[in-house]
Amino acid sequence: MAAVQGGLVDAEEEKAIKTEPSSDGGGNNNANDGRLPSTSPGASAAASKNAAASPEDQQTLLAVLQFLRKNNLSESVDILRREAGLPEDSLDAKGADASGGGSGGAAGTAGVDGVDASSILSRVTAPSSAGTPAPTKTPAENQPDVNVVLSAYSQQGDPALYETYYSGLKRFIETVLDCHRAELSQVFYPLFVHMYLELVYNNHENEAKAFFQKFSGDQECYYEDDLRVLSGLTKKEHMRGNETLLDFRTSKFVLRISRDSYQLLKRHLQERQNNQIWNIIQEHLYIDIFDGMPRSKGQIDAMSGSLAGEAKREANKAKVYYGLLKEPEIELPLDDEDEEAENEEGKPKKKKPKKDSMGSKSKKQDPNAPSQNRIPLPELKDSDKLDKIMYMKEATKKIRLGPENLPSICFYSFLNAYQGLTAVDFTDDSSLIAGGFADSTVRVWSVTPKKLRKVKSAADLNVIDKESDDVLERIMDEKTASESKILYGHSGPVYGISFSPDRNYLLSSSEDGTIRLWSLLTFTCLVGYKGHNYPVWDTQFSPHGYYFVSGGHDRVARLWATDHYQPLRIFSGHLADVTCTRFHPNSNYVATGSSDRTTRVWDVLTGNCVRIFTGHKGPIHALAFSPNGKFLASGATDGRVLLWDIGHGLMVGELKGHTDTIYSLRFSRDGEILASGSMDNTVRLWDALKAFDDLETDDFTAATGHIHLQDNSQELLLGTYLTKSTPVIHLHFTRRNLLLAAGAYNP
Amino acid sequence: MAEREERRFAEVSRESVKLMAESAGVELGDDVAARLAEDVCYRLREAAQSSSQFMRHAKRRKLTVEDFNRALRWSNVEAVCGYGAQDTLPFRSVKEGELFFVEDRDINLVELALATNIPKGCAETMVRVNVSYLDGKGNLEPQGTVPTAVQSLSDDLLKYYQQITRAILGDDPHLMKVALLDLQSNSKIAALLPYFVYVISGVKSVSHDLEQLNRLLHMVKSLVQNPYLYLGSYVRSLVSSVMYCILEPLAASINPLNDHWTLRDYAALLLSHIFWTHGDLVSGLYHQILLSLQKVLSDPVRPLCSHYGAVVGLHALGWKAVERVLFPHLPAYWANLQAVLDDYSVSNAQVKADGHKVYGAILVAVERLLKMKTLSLSQPAEGAPKGHSGSVAGAVGYRVSSPGLSPPPEPLSEAALGIASHLQVGGAGCPWEEWTPVSLPDMYSELYSFFGDSLAVRFSTGPGFGSYSPCTHPQLSEARKEAPGPASNPDTTRKMPQLTANLNISPRQDGSPRTDPPPPCLAVTGSGRSLARSSSSSSTSSVQRSRSSSSRSGQRSAGLSRDVFPKARFTSPQTGPAVFSFLIGGRQMGRRCQGRRPFQTTFAPSAPLAAIPPRAYAHKLPVIGRVGKPVRRWTCSHYSLHLPL
Repeated sequence: MAAVQGGLVDAEEEKAIKTEPSSDGGGNNNANDGRLPSTSPGASAAASKNAAASPEDQQTLLAVLQFLRKNNLSESVDILRREAGLPEDSLDAKGADASGGGSGGAAGTAGVDGVDASSILSRVTAPSSAGTPAPTKTPAENQPDVNVVLSAYSQQGDPALYETYYSGLKRFIETVLDCHRAELSQVFYPLFVHMYLELVYNNHENEAKAFFQKFSGDQECYYEDDLRVLSGLTKKEHMRGNETLLDFRTSKFVLRISRDSYQLLKRHLQERQNNQIWNIIQEHLYIDIFDGMPRSKGQIDAMSGSLAGEAKREANKAKVYYGLLKEPEIELPLDDEDEEAENEEGKPKKKKPKKDSMGSKSKKQDPNAPSQNRIPLPELKDSDKLDKIMYMKEATKKIRLGPENLPSICFYSFLNAYQGLTAVDFTDDSSLIAGGFADSTVRVWSVTPKKLRKVKSAADLNVIDKESDDVLERIMDEKTASESKILYGHSGPVYGISFSPDRNYLLSSSEDGTIRLWSLLTFTCLVGYKGHNYPVWDTQFSPHGYYFVSGGHDRVARLWATDHYQPLRIFSGHLADVTCTRFHPNSNYVATGSSDRTTRVWDVLTGNCVRIFTGHKGPIHALAFSPNGKFLASGATDGRVLLWDIGHGLMVGELKGHTDTIYSLRFSRDGEILASGSMDNTVRLWDALKAFDDLETDDFTAATGHIHLQDNSQELLLGTYLTKSTPVIHLHFTRRNLLLAAGAYNP
Repeated sequence: MAEREERRFAEVSRESVKLMAESAGVELGDDVAARLAEDVCYRLREAAQSSSQFMRHAKRRKLTVEDFNRALRWSNVEAVCGYGAQDTLPFRSVKEGELFFVEDRDINLVELALATNIPKGCAETMVRVNVSYLDGKGNLEPQGTVPTAVQSLSDDLLKYYQQITRAILGDDPHLMKVALLDLQSNSKIAALLPYFVYVISGVKSVSHDLEQLNRLLHMVKSLVQNPYLYLGSYVRSLVSSVMYCILEPLAASINPLNDHWTLRDYAALLLSHIFWTHGDLVSGLYHQILLSLQKVLSDPVRPLCSHYGAVVGLHALGWKAVERVLFPHLPAYWANLQAVLDDYSVSNAQVKADGHKVYGAILVAVERLLKMKTLSLSQPAEGAPKGHSGSVAGAVGYRVSSPGLSPPPEPLSEAALGIASHLQVGGAGCPWEEWTPVSLPDMYSELYSFFGDSLAVRFSTGPGFGSYSPCTHPQLSEARKEAPGPASNPDTTRKMPQLTANLNISPRQDGSPRTDPPPPCLAVTGSGRSLARSSSSSSTSSVQRSRSSSSRSGQRSAGLSRDVFPKARFTSPQTGPAVFSFLIGGRQMGRRCQGRRPFQTTFAPSAPLAAIPPRAYAHKLPVIGRVGKPVRRWTCSHYSLHLPL
């Protein structure tokens, strides 16, 4: 099952890759010209191009099969072959064919082929390792890929000329019209990196150093981190196994340039016969050409900063059903034992119309909502219904927040947390708080007078009268009542923690590569989900329970169900660690933030990446969906909060103010206020309504994705609240809109 | 890498590599060493970079050895051991040769293992909650001391504060009534509490003005009755203000025309009210009050009005207080009082009148004492040792109609209020430690020796009112006119009519009919709390209810005149609306179960806090996760997060 899904994901990915050439063809013929000779070495390639997608798909499959066979994964080979409907011998025949073609081709083409294959393979590694029980992702497995990847740099130019080339281009760009200069300047950084890497790869260490020294200062400051990594890299041997480098190679750096600017650049390069640069642009960059006004420097800066450039426009075109699911209708019990009911006779009557209005509101089907059963959701239990009723009751007492009516903030300080507090979560009803610690423990506290109790032992449970009304109360062992419980089981710092919506379970993800599911009835570990094999940075339960998502150092996010020990989906595509994960309120989508400085939104149903948001200049550590499901907020180490319109795939706001990493973001229950908590010991409140209101959504903006962000952070900032030297690592709005913040006091 | 500034990375020199190799017994060529050095540098850089992400995810700013080791482990390199200590490791150099090393001390493992001074574990991790910001405005310290800067309040609150104080202390009685009512029911004035308490503490400066004192006491009452306010340590301040009114020889009492007696009565009533409803907020309060009352009583220099206050105060605190403090003191005090009463000189007239007041107050107190003691001891058959036929009827009436309160009253009161325990536990070390219970007959005979027939009559037949009144003031005489009912006994000899008024001050614990509120009050105050009660353990609440209902019926059976009096008093314009409701069950239970839910409730007196000054106490926040001692249920409820926001 999992293997199949892995395969599906993979196929989808491949499709995404394959759209590139075709869109290129539409966008710029010249680029296509440059590509054609290289991609058609023999008749077979041309044939495959004409014969549309299916043979190409098959080739991909074959590549996958070959890889699997090479690693002795015969089971996976069988499964994949069965699924794809390939005959047994096809692999051998075609495989030989392909290799023959490859060897017959020119040296240059072999390189390109290698790139393709390697990118395929590198994508395969993750799903296969998870999908099949046997393999683990080890560096050794990566090695062959790396070699092919790097071989792309084998083309030789005169190392002494690199500087000349680069400065020539620089001079040219400096002299072009202002309106084009900003756009063309985007080329500098990827060019610089690739030229530097070529020099290093070809063992021109001194030239590389000189090149770096001369031009690294010209690069945008937000690439500083990557440049630091690069500067340390001066030997060909070191390139192997360097992740940043691999990211750069396996994915094309995406630039968005207006047609005019692009023509200008192309003409210049052709006039100068500057093939070195032209080749790099052809092979390593993806230039997304659009018609219209060139973008300004500000516009470009807003969107750039990610490890692999901006998102392609196609990447954000898919339809996202961001609407909320219809709330299940729950009958409010008529014999309402509401506390106030007995005093004010008017109350019970008032309740009814309220209930009706609630019902009618939820009856309207949101046109943007996914169908109710798009992904199967667990049925509501009686206790869930009770909880929903409680929620509605609480909701009627909710404070309406706004710029004039800011929430009160309660701060939960963790004291004596010498072992290091790494993660915090509250239950939705704010009755429990859990902390994950660097000493591998998970601690749960009750923040209400209700103590935490375990269920009685099996022997004692047998004696209980199971028919009695208070059986749920009777199963609890009063002797175990305490205000906090410690859960032992992990063997590494607990980086992510999440309560299930029904408060019966707790998830924790740890550096030891596992995610553990704990029962809050017995306070024991129920399941250890293994699959990431590397530190798992974050995990979160779906708002409807049952599913959960996790993301880790292995650069993939995984979707799990509590009753499956293997992941149901693997979301692969990030170029660096997945640092935070979040479920959309309708459970149909998952957002992930990564150290590649992008935020991606994935479709749970298909496993596809449906949105890529670029613009952050540092690893993303906090994400939050607005309660209406329309917007996403992301916070990063750069201290900025970016707001995204999920439906349009646009950035709609930038909130500047924090001076350190933002570790927590949360919308108020009605979405009026966005609270952000940071390492700089502050909680800041932002006017979310206004931020989204000011959004201009004319067609042009929506079509091109070029937004004009006015810098109105100061207007949107409603308040800055200092803690007492306590970094804010978690925020939570109670059902009545009281803001709870948590962090460990650092004396 | 020629320039200095470009050397951004620490580098391992080839010499170091050579040295290391040598120590491992390998001979390296220059070339190899150089390459190795370079590689080592790169690997170190890589490890440092990847270790930074462990730091980031641990939400720290400081890179630790542990982070670095994790990075090493994940890149399949052996971790570096021995550098995890918090304190810095001294880095030494050897003089000959450029060698630097970290000093490793030899540790005797045997010694370490057998060491008995095993360090105690550090304090347990816990979560502490505090309200950082209220309504997004300013750093809030809800339990701060007396206002230092009024302007830190929001404009609205400030305006409210000014209006309310002006209305209460102003001249318009109607305005005052409105203001008091609002003060009693407003849910948003928590932040103003310190200011009001401060205003009230101004009683000392207006001791010449009965009217103002009265108004301030009303303010206290309103604050005490406001269900949304958590008085916390302010109870102490309020109590001391009230005690001032009870005990001090007010400047106003110099003029005999001033009715400071009523003020004292009212204050005593208020004291008992505060105590029974909020006494649990400050531990040891009961004893402090008792001690100060006792001190006043035993101080012959004090004027009679102070003594009167002490007696009334004791009476208000319940019959046990009377039994323990007043009764043992009576023989000594009696002599003084007798002297005053027996002095018929004209110059002494005023003092003598005062003396009669005290006498009456004592009489009422000991009567209640006797009655309650009878109820607590006597069981049906044997009856009370008083032998008067009339008393049997009265006693039976009590017994029959109020079963819930008389037979064993102590466990009951303990369960409901936790008061009895206060008395017993705190009694140790107190002056009345050596006090031994006097048997009822002895007590009666002793009291009889003091009061003579007047005691007996009142004891057995219920209230009776003499016509003899040494000093009459309007209110009381008015009351008296209504008073004489069928039950009043005309042949009492040393009767003081004022005393009857004092009957109002009735301790709640003893369940006397007086504690019953006038019906309207029950509706107002009881309604909000009955819910709370329902959520409490059913047994206690049922007791509460049965008690309240039964005591009401007991009231009816006790005699008409008693009903008449409170009414007369409560409706008198002097004392304002009759609001002293029966709150034992409702208020207490309400607070225990639901908690006073606003923010201030986070300050729960769970620790022995008596020693801590209020200010410090205000910062003592409840701590989750660390329970020093079994916390009573209601203290926990204080950090409920279901705030009514």
